[in-house]
Amino acid sequence: MNSPIVRIEDLRYSYGEHVALDGASFEVSKGEVFGVLGPNGGGKTTMFRILSTLLPVGSGQVQVAGMDLTANLAEVRRAIGVVFQSPSLDIKLTVAENLTCHGNIYGLSGQELFRRITSGLEALGLEDRRESLVETLSGGLKRRVELAKGLLTDPQLLILDEPSTGLDPGARRDLWDYILGLRRDRGTTILVTTHLMDEAERCDRLAILDRGRIVAVDTPDALRRKIGGDVLTLRGANPGLLQDELQKRWGLTGTCIDNQVRIEHVEARRLLRDIYDALPDQIESIQLARPTLEDVFIRETGHQLWNE
Amino acid sequence: MPPMLLASWALARREVVRFLRQRNRVFGALAQPVLFWAIFGSGLSPSFRAGSLGYSEYFFPGVIVLILLFTAIFATISIIEDRNTGFLQGVLVAPIPRSSIILGKVWGTTMLAVGQAILVALLGPMFGLSYGFLGILLAVPVLFLLSVALAGLGTWIAWRMDSTQGFHAVMTSFLMPMWLLSGAFFPPGGTPTWLSVVIACNPLTYGVALLRYALYLGDPAATATLPSLPLCLIITILFAIGTIAGASYAAKTRTAGALP
Repeated sequence: MNSPIVRIEDLRYSYGEHVALDGASFEVSKGEVFGVLGPNGGGKTTMFRILSTLLPVGSGQVQVAGMDLTANLAEVRRAIGVVFQSPSLDIKLTVAENLTCHGNIYGLSGQELFRRITSGLEALGLEDRRESLVETLSGGLKRRVELAKGLLTDPQLLILDEPSTGLDPGARRDLWDYILGLRRDRGTTILVTTHLMDEAERCDRLAILDRGRIVAVDTPDALRRKIGGDVLTLRGANPGLLQDELQKRWGLTGTCIDNQVRIEHVEARRLLRDIYDALPDQIESIQLARPTLEDVFIRETGHQLWNE
Repeated sequence: MPPMLLASWALARREVVRFLRQRNRVFGALAQPVLFWAIFGSGLSPSFRAGSLGYSEYFFPGVIVLILLFTAIFATISIIEDRNTGFLQGVLVAPIPRSSIILGKVWGTTMLAVGQAILVALLGPMFGLSYGFLGILLAVPVLFLLSVALAGLGTWIAWRMDSTQGFHAVMTSFLMPMWLLSGAFFPPGGTPTWLSVVIACNPLTYGVALLRYALYLGDPAATATLPSLPLCLIITILFAIGTIAGASYAAKTRTAGALP
């Protein structure tokens, strides 16, 4: 039952000299919502392009739905639905025309296609937009049409590249409600690439991709538990000195990023008071927080998601 | 319809719908050649005679070919746009061979180009040109063949490009001269040797001649100086096959990285 629908083994890909994927491996189980989390330039887009069959497998193994991607290109293409980050709709066509064109390209036609378009539009609340030109739709609606397009062929695996890009929080929530409903109702496996923590939080499991390597794969909770305590973030004029001071007095190894020093500790709460009392001049602010996925990311990669 | 043809038909239909929704394209592909004809035809007529025909009449088949060429150019520029706007990526991950994408583009372009060319050809007799309805009827398969060839050529060039500026450069330095040196604009007789060689090597020369044969079937004087009819037919067919093959090959091998 739980055979993997995606199996990636030691996947490598280079653009000339630049190594984009440097031996990535992971598996995605059937019916999972799986996230590939990483900074821009970390190899996410390359991963997406290979899985969506735009780029060839550089070296290594990629299996989708039990088939080798390179050997069964057409069958893999039939098994997946792809939602691109940049729009793939023709804005001069209506919603229905876009979907009809897409269905025809996949060999669907007639009553069957009409039925699928109708049910797809209903599921996404787009019935009244059927005859609207795509160029007249808002960003959120366009993304929903993209989803309807990706799902028209009833794929086993839906691959989405940064699906929330350009969406306001409301539209983002709607999109994710729909994605999660899809998994629940149809059992569709979802693979999503993202650099957004709130998107990553919604995944069943996450692979953290950094500099072409997978540095961790687990559920968001398990990843957070690895931190084993809370997180203190100290801000000061001289973070290097602060870091030394923490090492000397309490034996703490902090991570220094920008002008902040981060410390993970089981008794972070107690440390907060001690540090603040001992070094009032060096500290501008000090923050205590439960670990977030961002903290997990920093722990696994040694740098922040954004400022690489 | 077989799935491969259905895919091409969907893409071809899209071309037509897009065209009809963008009025400026209708103007560009139709009005400009007709304007050319009115200006050059009237301007050059007094100083020019080509066989039994006046210049306006000589130039008219050339204008029809220009309509085919412009339509092919506009349609193939849209490949670059499709690539840049993202529409193409959705088609590229579909389980269809690249050649059905090319076929769809050429099919759609040909429907548009032949439709416009027939419209303009119907106007000819109203302006006093001497070919008749039978000529237009005979011209339809020729227009079809030529349009496939030109659309194939445009697709072949455009598939590898990522900027429309680049295509404009090709258009002015390659496609327009190809048309100018095809016997469309002036007859090849009496040109310097080097130019005659270029004209004789230009496959479009035989396409334009073929169109003249079709339009002026009952008027031997109008086709007296053209290459022989079988030669024109064979070269035009080869021209169409060659550009389609070239475009399909380009689509299969675009950049080292992309998957077929």
